[in-house]
Order: sequence, then structure tokens, then C-alpha cells
Amino acid sequence: MRRRAAVLDGLVLLLLLAYAIPFFWQLLTSFKPDADLMRLPPLWPSRLTGIHYEAVWTRSLVPRALGNSLAVAGLTTALALALGLPAAYAMARLPVPGKGALMLGVVAGTAFPQIAIVGPLYLLLRAIGLRDTWTALVLANASLALPLVIWLLTGFIREIPEQLEEAAALDGAGRTAAIHAVVLPLVAPGLVSAGLLVFLGSWNEFLFAYTFTATEASRTVPVALALFPGVFEVPWGDIAAASILASLPPILIVAGLGRFLVRGLLAGALKE
Amino acid sequence: MTRRERADRRAGALLMAPALVVLAGVTAYPAAWVLWLSLQYRIPIFGVARWAGLGQYAFLAGDPRFANALRVTAVFTAVSVALELLLGLGAAVLLRRQRAGRQVALSLLLLAWALPSVVTAKLFEWLYHPASGLVNHAIGRSLNWLGDPTLALAGLILADVWRTMPFVALLCYARLLGIPADVYEAARVDGAGGAAALRWITFPLLRPILLIALLFRTLDALRAFDLMFVLTGGGPANTTETLTVYAYRSLFQTLQLGLGSAIGVAVFALVMLTAWGYLAALRRGGIAR
Repeated sequence: MRRRAAVLDGLVLLLLLAYAIPFFWQLLTSFKPDADLMRLPPLWPSRLTGIHYEAVWTRSLVPRALGNSLAVAGLTTALALALGLPAAYAMARLPVPGKGALMLGVVAGTAFPQIAIVGPLYLLLRAIGLRDTWTALVLANASLALPLVIWLLTGFIREIPEQLEEAAALDGAGRTAAIHAVVLPLVAPGLVSAGLLVFLGSWNEFLFAYTFTATEASRTVPVALALFPGVFEVPWGDIAAASILASLPPILIVAGLGRFLVRGLLAGALKE
Repeated sequence: MTRRERADRRAGALLMAPALVVLAGVTAYPAAWVLWLSLQYRIPIFGVARWAGLGQYAFLAGDPRFANALRVTAVFTAVSVALELLLGLGAAVLLRRQRAGRQVALSLLLLAWALPSVVTAKLFEWLYHPASGLVNHAIGRSLNWLGDPTLALAGLILADVWRTMPFVALLCYARLLGIPADVYEAARVDGAGGAAALRWITFPLLRPILLIALLFRTLDALRAFDLMFVLTGGGPANTTETLTVYAYRSLFQTLQLGLGSAIGVAVFALVMLTAWGYLAALRRGGIAR
């Protein structure tokens, strides 16, 4: 019985490994020498090489785009949390005029299609001279993420017993001090969950980045990858290497902080 | 109103204000602007800028390309969401009984979901390569997946299912973990086999979460853009051109601002109507408050 369970465990893991083959295939491709790229079979190349990574790292715009992506995603996360946390506290704890309608707007906002605003937003950003800047992407991505952040954090704050805050306030601490002492530490894991979702969303975002950027000054990784240049033929090996580099932060987050990610995803879906 | 209440109200408004200002400027204002633009003929390169009223919408109502995009969007949404729910449910049931290596299993599962959709597009472009792609190698044919009008939509749907099934699986898996083991124990004592337990315990308890997953995934599929734009660009022969791709091409390739805006508004209306319809149905079923 136990042996059978162990065998089944192994089979499920194998099945999931097989599911991830599209990724592993790209990983293998990124190490294949050019001569083996267009030949199939054999599945396994004659030797492995780092030549594609070297090409991408030294002769493409991908490193610059990785830096842009990192900065935009980091700043987006910071801005969305800085704006979303106070708003969520107000929604959870304070009497806000028109709260019901606001909450409905927040929920509807999580389903807002980007394509509906990308045109006017482009005109607006161009008019105020923000085209091709980090600022444009940070503002657009943070605004896109805000409804989800407010929704998630409001739920997390509501889970904190209000008596804890009241007790702290009775001890002579004002509301602000009570928030610092009680709410912030308890909502910290929730902040991590929401922050990771925002970071991933911004790292992966394509439509805004493709539309609002024009040069390597602000182009993010998805845009660099979509526009990856090929002169006479498609450089599949280089594209594979660039894809793997673009996937590193998401992979690190899933592998290292998956717990927080799962919590955020579930909270977003289940707090209905 | 006491002084304390007044102070609280003021604090509440103050704390909300920064978020609302950004949302108003970067989302609500462009959303109002897009409605305004959709009521005009605007083609900047030809200096066209005049009032259209509902002219763009009237044009779309008789536009075969719009009808095609609507059909592609509907097929893409219906087929990929159905497959995601089926496969996600299966994956969750398999994971439920997993003892060893749960963390690894979850990481492998979430990998596909966490990758940028542009990366997914590149992954599948390479897998579908007519001469050296793994897919053709595996099935022993030489099909032109992304170039053949009869295959491209299927290829696109497959890539989308791969990317988003893990989300459904995760939701179902979390719900399954919430079912106490003694429920199954009791069923076994009563003589219910594995299949009966699935049929009478697992599926009924999963119904609410499946409906929520259905809602989330449908809304996402209706507004999807990245994958088709990068993988097929709407081609071949517009067989993968969804409403979002048609809107983008009108806005930024043929520079018909009014027309593109009208299609964007149509996508928005479609998403909101779908959400509203689902929620009404859920409420009737007594699931959502």
C-alpha cells in the first residue's frame, strides 16, 4: 500500500515534469550549438555550448532590457503597495463615503481590459512628455495592479482582529502608533503576497511596454524578446537564451517564494 | 456625528485619496476618453478629425472583419477555458493524493503560469517549427502549425491552455485540501469506491470553486492579447485575430483612432457583461453573496 503510494507520487512528479517540457526544451535549445539547432533527431545535442548566452549578453539589447524590467517592476511594486496599503486600511477599518460603490469599482477594476485604455493612455503620456520612460510604465502598471492590491490587502487587514488595535490604542498609543505596532507586522506576509503578484504582473506585462516605449532607454524584456532581431534567419538559439534570462525572476519567485504567491492567488479568488 | 467619527471619516478619505487620484488619472480618465474617441472619425496621418456619433459602431455592426474577430474571440475563450477547467481539475485530483514532493510538484505546476506570455509565445513558436519543432517530431508529421489557417487557432489555444491550466489546478487543489479526510473515510466505510467518492464528494464540493475559476479564466481569455499578438500576430488570414488584436492593429498600425477605440469599448462591454451575467447566475445559485 505504501509502496504503491510512493510509486504514484513518482508518477505524478514525472507527469508534471513532462508538462514543463516546453520550457525544458527551450532550456536545452539555449545550450545547443548552431549546427545542431535545426536538426531533429537527435533530441540531445552533440555538445553543449554557452555561445548563445554570450551573444545575448554582449551583443543584444537584452541586458539593458533586463535592467529596465527590474527597475520598472520594482518601482511598480513599491508604488502599488504604497498607494494600496493606506487605501486598503481605510476600506477595512474606516468610514469612507460611498464605500460600497468604491469596493464594486475595485472588483470591476481587476477585470479591466488594458486594450480599452491603451490608445488614450498613449496620447496622454505622449502629451505630458513621458513616452519612452520608466515613469510611464510604472504609472500604467501600478494603476493596473491597484484594484487587485486594494482587494487583497483589504481582505488581509479584515482578518486582523480589531480588538488588537483597540487594545494598543487603550495602552495610550494613538491610531497611527497602533497601526505601526499591530497592523503592519500582521499584514506583512500579505504585503509580500500582493507585492509578488504585482512584481510578476509588471515583469510579464507586454501591451503597455510595447506601446509606450520606443528605444532601449525603457524597453522591457518582453518587448526586447518580441522584437528580437534576426538578419537573414531567425536566431533560435539566441532567442532561447534570451527567453531563459527573461524567465529567471519568475522561476526564482515560484521556486523560492511560492508559498506567498499561492496565498495571494487563493486570497484573490476565494474572498468572494 | 461625534468628533471621533468626523476625524475617522477625514482620515479614511485622506488614506484613499492617493490611490484614487492615480486610478482616476491613469485608468478612469483614459476610459472616458476612449468612449469619446469612439464617437469620432480620427485618422491623424490624413488629418481626419470629425464627429461620427455612433458611426463607428454602425460600421462595426456590418464589418465582416469584426464579426470574424468576435467569432475567433468566442472560440478561443470557450475552447481554452473548457480545456483548462478539465485539465486543471484532473491535475488537482492527482495532486490531492500526493504525499512526497508536494513543493516540487507545485513549483513545476506553477512554472508555466508564472512565465511572461511573450516567453510562452517564443516557446511554442519554436515547438511548432515546421522543420525542426518538437511537436512535429513527436507526431511524425510536418505540419505548418502557425502558418496553416486550419491549424493556427488550435495551436494558439494549446499554448494558452498550457499557460493557464495551472491557475485552475491550484484553485481546485486548495479547495480539495479543505475537504477533511474523514469525509472520504466515512464514504469508504459506507462502501463507496474511488469513482463514487469523486462523483458524490469531490465534484459537488468543487462546484463553487470551478464556477469562480470559470469566471476568472473567461474574463482573462476575453481580454487576452500578448500570446496571439506575438505568436501569430492575428494571422494567417486573420484566423487568430481576436477583438483585442483587431483593436490594436486599428489603433497603432492603421492609425484609425476612432475605430480602434470603438473596438476597445466593445471588448470592455463584453468583459463587463460577462462578469455581470456570471455574478447574477452565481447569486441565483446561492454561491456568491
